[in-house]
Amino acid sequence: MPATERRIIYRHIDEPGYTIDLACYQRHGGYEVLRKAIARKPEELTQEVKDSGLKGRGGAGFPTGVKWGFLDRKSGKPVYLICNADESEPGTYKDRQIIYKDPHQLIEGTVLSAYAIQAKLAFIYIRGEMFGGFTILERAIEEARAANFVGNNILGSGYSVDIIVHRGAGCYICGEETGLIESLEGKRAYPRIKPPYFPAVLGLYNCPTIVNNVETLCQVKHVVDMGGKEFAKIGVPGDSGTHIWGISGHVAKPGYYEIESGKATVRDLLYDFGGGPPAGRTIKAVIPGGVSMKILRMGEKFKVKLPDGSAGEWGVLDIPLDSGSFAQCGTSLGTSGMIFMDDTTDMVEALANLNAFYAHESCGQCTPCREGSLWLKKITARVCDGGGRMEDIDLVKTIADQVAGRTICAHGEAVAWPCQSNVPKFRDEWEAKIRAQIHAREHPEGAAATARTGLRLV
Amino acid sequence: MNLSEKTLKYIDGLIPRYPQKRSAMLMVLHAIQEEQGFLSKEAIEWTAQKLEVVPMAVYEVVTFYPMFRQAPIGRRHVKVCRTLSCALRGAYKVCDSLQHELGCGLGQTSADGNYTVEFVECVAACGSAPVVIVDDKLHENITPEKAPDFAAKIKKETSPSLPPSRY
Repeated sequence: MPATERRIIYRHIDEPGYTIDLACYQRHGGYEVLRKAIARKPEELTQEVKDSGLKGRGGAGFPTGVKWGFLDRKSGKPVYLICNADESEPGTYKDRQIIYKDPHQLIEGTVLSAYAIQAKLAFIYIRGEMFGGFTILERAIEEARAANFVGNNILGSGYSVDIIVHRGAGCYICGEETGLIESLEGKRAYPRIKPPYFPAVLGLYNCPTIVNNVETLCQVKHVVDMGGKEFAKIGVPGDSGTHIWGISGHVAKPGYYEIESGKATVRDLLYDFGGGPPAGRTIKAVIPGGVSMKILRMGEKFKVKLPDGSAGEWGVLDIPLDSGSFAQCGTSLGTSGMIFMDDTTDMVEALANLNAFYAHESCGQCTPCREGSLWLKKITARVCDGGGRMEDIDLVKTIADQVAGRTICAHGEAVAWPCQSNVPKFRDEWEAKIRAQIHAREHPEGAAATARTGLRLV
Repeated sequence: MNLSEKTLKYIDGLIPRYPQKRSAMLMVLHAIQEEQGFLSKEAIEWTAQKLEVVPMAVYEVVTFYPMFRQAPIGRRHVKVCRTLSCALRGAYKVCDSLQHELGCGLGQTSADGNYTVEFVECVAACGSAPVVIVDDKLHENITPEKAPDFAAKIKKETSPSLPPSRY
């Protein structure tokens, strides 16, 4: 039986006749969860989120309730809530659909969460390039304010919160929560060192701050609606709820699919939802969730512990779509934006493409990341331009090893992981490519042998 | 500085919404760039005064964030996504084709001042790759085959009476 979607967050996305205005949202039960929840104690809502086991949907997968629990309540400083709408992990486009097609769901989730943590003010930090999304959110907040779902004394509860939509200006690093906070303070987005700058203690203006992803805040609405314990029954133990999978790259039908956690596999995603590889091609590699996650090569086998406790073996296509399963295979589902690459893909070029990205996006604060990402870009670009040397293969891996774990924020890992996984897994391709280049340099008359066969990626 | 009444009013309404003035930085800079097309030295100094920070605090932001620029560009700002999902579906060919059709090199403006073509990093629309942003609008599924027609459409919409792109 083909795998099916279970749409909770995306329930009305792309539904014919569903529009972004308040009236339509309310016709579909909008703001009813807020109406009920705002009569309850904030601590009860936080408990629901803890009970739900909900993990953050921004890539790191940290439990949301635990994050909220870190809030420093003793300082007496105001608490801030920031919605991270700076969606910029390559391969990820799930939050865009919510912002553009169901903005009130995000606003309801934001107000609910703000109430639960008793935030004084909430922000939605949206990508600068989402011009339309910014306007849509501003308009939706105006509507919600006029209807008393946002602003002063919300629905007579005595609780007040405003939402400011704030535009970024094209930096990937603003998706990192402390970089985002610096940016929101009007500075360069240099991530802060933890400790002491855990946002829940020393966040925006050095006040306790919670930063949650767009989808996470929407999930909170449904957690509160169904109750944490009920929500925890969706999906698999350790990863409750649904994941919105965005698939892209070499598939017949790229698109987004909301699937109950662990209830489908990579195979289902590729064939049942994605329509398989383009005609006449086979899939060679998969990046599970945003390009920073470690790549998987078709044919790899993973020794795993099955849900019943017994030992088993999975191939790439067998991996169930939940966080624990990807962790067992040495990678992570990250932001659940999966990229498929077929047999025409030059894996060295694919890595060079990403290295160019990370070099461009390194904020420059930490030397290992600034220099490491730059040299990784230069070396892989040189290999793609025909100037490869056999020692470059180990050099790329060595540089990556020197970056990971030596930086203030996780951009260091994001730089390193693609190299650390691509190089050993596709070493044969690297060697063949460089061998052909060396041969071409020694025999210039046969230079055509090193010409690109697939699409140029860098 | 010469800012329209509308933009001034917008900026003056914006700043007090933030607990600290400096927080309005990116929003103020966007507002000025979207009126003037770029951020001049005068704009940087004006913003500094407005937000009660030293001009260097504004300058370091202007030079850090890719969307801000210090010189005007062409009448139409064409931004081609080059990151992996778009590249796997032909973004480099699309970019070559747009440069050829619009008559400019990468990161450059055409001689007639009409078009600036740039590569940008992932814009979060990977399921409809390749994508191109023209000014403030996202265009999806711009495959290498469609690129020449797409360029023709941009050309048709562009006239010498347009000011430099504000986006």
